[in-house]
Amino acid sequence: MIDVLLSYTSGLLLFLGCFFMLTGAIGLLRFPDFYSRMHAAGVTDTLATVLILSGLMLMAGWSLALFKLALIMLFIFFTSPTASHALARSAQLCALRLTHAPVDNGPADVSRPTAETSTPASRMEAAEGS
Amino acid sequence: MRYTFCLFAVLAFIWLTNSGLYTPLLLCFGLISVVFVILIARRMKVVDGESLPLELWATLPGYYLWLWRKIIASNLEVAACVWGGLFSRRETISPCSERIPTRLKSDLGKVLYANSITLTPGTVAIDVDKDSVLVHALTRSGLNELKQGDMEKQILALTEQHAVAGTTGQKNEC
Repeated sequence: MIDVLLSYTSGLLLFLGCFFMLTGAIGLLRFPDFYSRMHAAGVTDTLATVLILSGLMLMAGWSLALFKLALIMLFIFFTSPTASHALARSAQLCALRLTHAPVDNGPADVSRPTAETSTPASRMEAAEGS
Repeated sequence: MRYTFCLFAVLAFIWLTNSGLYTPLLLCFGLISVVFVILIARRMKVVDGESLPLELWATLPGYYLWLWRKIIASNLEVAACVWGGLFSRRETISPCSERIPTRLKSDLGKVLYANSITLTPGTVAIDVDKDSVLVHALTRSGLNELKQGDMEKQILALTEQHAVAGTTGQKNEC
């Protein structure tokens, strides 16, 4: 009985994790500029990973694999913000500075108005100037 | 010395959980590598209160529990933005960036703050300087929520009450 319950819960968690992975991937493809795409990638970093890992942990039961999965979760929890920050900072320090119009516009979002990207640009200049 | 012992415990724990083989030979190898890593870390002078914030051991889990609720909430928001933009033609995102002033003084507090901002999807800390954090947000409401300073207050309560004990503790121990 409890085994069935465990496997169903684990299946549900894995499904939810896959759903959020998919969400992150779609966001990554559809969002207009580099910085907003990074937010979409953040979804796969946090909730999706944790859901998938907890699904696997339920399957693993009380074993060494459980601790290893917990360690993986912990390390991802600590390293993923560092990686995103490094990405954002290097983008900020080189060509993709927030003052520029985004250069990585895909063909899908040509129809989007560019007003939304010019707003952060002007805000950014004001912030840098002060 | 306290920090060295804690580092030893953490490294030994990582070795034991990852090896799974407990023969004397492998345990010896584990001990040797742990000691080697500690020697290198001490030579690099990174064994201190900054890399192992022991003062926070009791309060940090509570904070992460609180942060975890925020992470789930903001994850759902970003997911709603993605799917909303897919199924309807209206704009669901309003990317914006701003320098948010912060009252946090200690380095640890600022790191924790920027880390928490980046960890919640929808907001990314791009740059930290002496008294402000440059934040890029996916939606304007996300940025406004951050500016209300809820997260900052939590970290302020977390780090400042230990600030006195922390600075005296960090000086004389290694």
